[in-house]
Amino acid sequence: MQDTLKQALDNVALSSEEYFLIVSRLGREPNEVELGVLGTLWSEHCAYKHSRPLLKLLPTTGKGVLTRTGEENAGAVDIGDGLCLIMKIESHNHPSAVEPFQGAATGVGGIVRDIFALGGRPIALLNSLYFGPLAESHNRYLFDGVVRGIASYGNCLGIPNVGGGVFFSSSYSDNPLINVMCVGIANAGSITRSRGKASDVLILAGSATGRDGIYGASGLASRTFESEAEMRSTVQVGDPFMEKILMEACLKLVELGLVSGIQDLGAGGISTALAESASRSECGVMIDISRMRKREESMSPYEVLLSESQERMLLLVPPRNEEKVKSVFQDFGIPASSVGFLTSDSKFRVKEGEKVVAEVPVELLVNPPTYELKTRKKIAPERIDFLPDISPPEVEEVFMRVLSSPNLASRKWVFTQYDHQVGVNTVVPPGSDASCLRIKGGDKAIALTCDGNGRYCHLDPYVGGMMAVAEACRNLACVGAKAIAATDCLNLGNPEREEIYYQLKSVIRGIGRACRVLDIPVVSGNVSLYNEMKGRAIYPTPVVGVVGVARIKSICTPHFKSEGDQVYLLGKEKEGIDGSEYLELRWGKVGGKVSIDMGTEKKLCRLLLLLIRRGIIKSAHDVSEGGLVCTLAECCILGGIGFEGKWDIQSRIDSYLFGESPSRAVVSLSPDKTFELERMAQTYNIPLKRLGEVKGNRFILPFIDLPLARLSSSWYGGLEKALSAS
Amino acid sequence: MAGKGPSRFGIVVFPGTWSDRDCFYALAHILKQDVRYIWHKETDLSGYNCVVLPGGFSYGDYLRPGSIACFSPVMSEVKRFAREGRMVIGICNGFQILCEAGMLPGVLLPNCHLRYCCQWVYLKAEGPDSAFTSRRNAKVLRMPISHYEGNYYAPPDILEELEAEHRVAFRYSTPEGRIESEVNPNGSLNNIAGVLNKRRNVLGMMPHPERACEQLLGSADGNLVWQSIMNAI
Repeated sequence: MQDTLKQALDNVALSSEEYFLIVSRLGREPNEVELGVLGTLWSEHCAYKHSRPLLKLLPTTGKGVLTRTGEENAGAVDIGDGLCLIMKIESHNHPSAVEPFQGAATGVGGIVRDIFALGGRPIALLNSLYFGPLAESHNRYLFDGVVRGIASYGNCLGIPNVGGGVFFSSSYSDNPLINVMCVGIANAGSITRSRGKASDVLILAGSATGRDGIYGASGLASRTFESEAEMRSTVQVGDPFMEKILMEACLKLVELGLVSGIQDLGAGGISTALAESASRSECGVMIDISRMRKREESMSPYEVLLSESQERMLLLVPPRNEEKVKSVFQDFGIPASSVGFLTSDSKFRVKEGEKVVAEVPVELLVNPPTYELKTRKKIAPERIDFLPDISPPEVEEVFMRVLSSPNLASRKWVFTQYDHQVGVNTVVPPGSDASCLRIKGGDKAIALTCDGNGRYCHLDPYVGGMMAVAEACRNLACVGAKAIAATDCLNLGNPEREEIYYQLKSVIRGIGRACRVLDIPVVSGNVSLYNEMKGRAIYPTPVVGVVGVARIKSICTPHFKSEGDQVYLLGKEKEGIDGSEYLELRWGKVGGKVSIDMGTEKKLCRLLLLLIRRGIIKSAHDVSEGGLVCTLAECCILGGIGFEGKWDIQSRIDSYLFGESPSRAVVSLSPDKTFELERMAQTYNIPLKRLGEVKGNRFILPFIDLPLARLSSSWYGGLEKALSAS
Repeated sequence: MAGKGPSRFGIVVFPGTWSDRDCFYALAHILKQDVRYIWHKETDLSGYNCVVLPGGFSYGDYLRPGSIACFSPVMSEVKRFAREGRMVIGICNGFQILCEAGMLPGVLLPNCHLRYCCQWVYLKAEGPDSAFTSRRNAKVLRMPISHYEGNYYAPPDILEELEAEHRVAFRYSTPEGRIESEVNPNGSLNNIAGVLNKRRNVLGMMPHPERACEQLLGSADGNLVWQSIMNAI
C-alpha cells in the first residue's frame, strides 16, 4: 500500500480491510474528503463497531418506553400524566484526560444537546467521575479541573446538577472517567424525532464551524495512545452561553411546532448529523458547505465536515417554516443559515458552491462493519482468604481511616460547586442514596442516581455489571422510588484485546440480566473503549444511571430522625470483605470473589418501597462502600444524632463491619412500628436484625465508642484533606 | 390585603437568565400574583408594580457579571422605573446587574475561595425595616445562595455611608442571628448579602428568595421577602 494512503487511513483510524470493503461497496476509490467522513462514521466512537452486536443483549423495550434504543439522540420513557422523561449518559473521558476543564465542560454540553434535540427541557444533570489516587498531584489537577469544568458549564445553563459519584483508584491514573448524565422532561406526545421529509430545509444554528475537534471521534476516542499530549488540539472549547440560548430557542421551536427534526452536532460533527438525519428520514441529503459560517477563512471541505466545534444544532425544517425558524433564532441572537436540504435519492452529497466534493450512499455511511471478537477469560482474581482478621483494638482507628478516605468521605466539596437547586424542584439534594426532584403540578417526584464500581467488575465483570444495576435500584428504593428506566455508559480498555472483549461482553450480560430481573429497560447509552495507556487498561467500569418515580408525600431520606428510634439491618448480616474499600485501604489488595443474588435484591427493593409508602420506616440507607459501620455512621452524621448498638459478633469482625456485600439496607423507625416491620420482612423473606437505637451524641458499636462530632468532622473534611495533601 | 387585587410583577429575561422561571413559579403559583416576563428588548414597564431582575449568567457573563446586561434596552427603563419610586429587586445576577448599572453601590467580586458556591445560608435583616423586609418579624431567614461572584465590596467611605444609613438589608449570619466571619460564605465585607439604594426602593441580594418559598424545598422564608413587597405596593 502507498505510504500516503497508509497515512490517510491512519489519520481516520480505518484498517486496510475496511478500506477495501469501502472500495468494493462504493465501486471506486473514495476521495480524501469521503475517506474522512467514512473514517469518522465508521469509528468506534460513532459506529460502536465492537459493541453493537453485544448491546443487543440488553433489554430495551418495556412498558412506557417511547423510543427505540440507539435510534434517537436519547431515550424516552412515559411517567404518566401526559409527561415523559428523556435520558442519556455519555462519556467524555479522552478529552478530559487531555484537558480536564474544557473536556468535562464540553461533555456537559454534548449530553444536554442530546436531550433538547428530542424537545425535552433538561431538568437534571448527574455525573460519575473516576480518577487516580489524590496523592498524585496530576490526579488532583484532573479532579479539580473536571469539577470546575462541569460547574462552569452546567451552572451557566441553569440545569441543576443533582448527583452522581466520585471514585478514586490507581486503575484510573492515566485514564480518568467523566460520565455525564442528563434527564429532561417533555410532553409524552410531542417528542421531536430527528426525521424529516425530502425537500425539508437543513438549518444549521449556533456557533460557527472552526478547526477544533477534528479527529475527535475517529482519533481521540477510538484508539489508544502512548501520551495524552499527542492529542491536545483535538479538544474543543465550550461556550455555555451559546448553549443556553440555543436550548431556549430549540425548545421554543418545538413549542411552536415549526420543525420536523432536531439533531445535535456531536462526535463527527456535521458529517454524523447529516448521515444520521438522512438515514432516519429515509432520504438523501445535499449540503453546500460554502453556506456554513466558519471561524477561519480557507477551511478545506475535509476540515469543515469533520470539525467538532461545539454548540451547533441541525434543524430539519419544512420549507414553509424556514423563515419563521430563522426569525426565532434571530430573536435569541443566534446565527442560523440554510445549508442544504433532504433529497429523495439516497445519496450523501456535499458541495462547495457548485463543485461536488463528496458523494456516497447514506447506507454506506451508516452501516459500518461490526466485529465479534474472540474472548479469553481473565485469570482468577487474587485470593484473600488467608488474611488475618482485624484485632479489636485496631477497629476504631481503621474505621476512622475508611470513613474519611476519599472514596467514602462526604462529596459536599464537589456538589456545593454545582448549582443543584435551580429549577425549584430539588426535594432531596445530592448526598442521599438518590436525589429527588418533584414534578410541578402533581403529586409525583422522580429519583435519580448513577452507580458503578469498577473494583467489583474487575473481580467479576458479569457480577459487577449486575451489581451496578442493583445498587442503583436499591438507592432509588431507599428514597421510595420505583425504578422505571436505565441508561448505561460502558467504560473499558481496548476491545481488540481478548480479555477486554471478554470484560465488555460479561459486563453487558450482567447489566442485561439485572435489568431483566428488575424489569428495567435500558433506553439509551454510550460505550467508551480504548481507555488504556501503555498497555494498562482501566477496571471495566459500567456506570448505570437509573430514574425512578416516587410520590412526593412518601419520600424517604437516609439520616436518622429522632432519639429512641429503632435501627434494623435488612438483608444478610455476615458477608466477606471481598472487593471492599477496607481491603484496599488496609491490605492494599483488590481481590476476592463478589456475588449477588438478583432474586433477593428484587425482594429487598419491593420491601423497602412498601415500608416507605406505608409510612413504617423513617429512614433507609443502602449498605455499600465502607460496609455496615460506615452506613450507620453516615445515618448519624447526616442526622446529627448518635447511635448505640451492642451485640456479639460471631464471625470475622472485619467482614461484619466493613464487608460490602450487596442487597442490604439500614432502616430506622419508631418503636411502635417494629412489629409491622418484622411481619413484612418475614413476608418478603428478607433477614432482619435489630442493630440498636438512635441515641445521644456518641457512635457506639462493638469495638467502637466515639463522639459523633469526631466522625462528622473527619467525614465532611476527608476529601478536602486529601486534596490539600501535597 | 383585603380588597386589593394581585400586584403585577415583571420578570426581566436577558439571554442567559435562568432564575426567571423560578421567580415566575414562586410569584404566580405560590403567591398568586399577576406575573409577566419582560424580554430584555422591551422598553415599556407601565402597569408593573415591581420589577424583578433574576439570577443567571446574562450574556454568559464572560467579561464581568452584569457588565453587558446593564446596557440592554430594558435597563434604561428599569432605571426610570426606580427613579419613579417603584420597587426593583435584583437577585444574584440581578444584584450584579444593578451594581454595574450604578443603581446600587459597590461590586460583587469573585468569591474569596475562588469556587462556585451553592448552599443554604442564614440571613439577618437589621435596622429599620425596609419595604422588602417588613414581614420578617425579627426572624433569621434561611435561603440558598448559588454564585461564583458574590463577594460584596465597596470602598470604605461608601461602606460607612451604607452602614450609617442602615442600607444593608441582609447579612450572612449564624442560625441564631449572630454575624460571624465563619458563616460568611464568600468573603463579603461586613457579611453583606443584600443592600438598598438611598431611596430604599431598590434591593440587590445574592441569596435566592424564590428558591425558598416551600417547606418541601427546605424553607419557605423567601415568601417573607415577596410578601413584604406585596404589602408595600
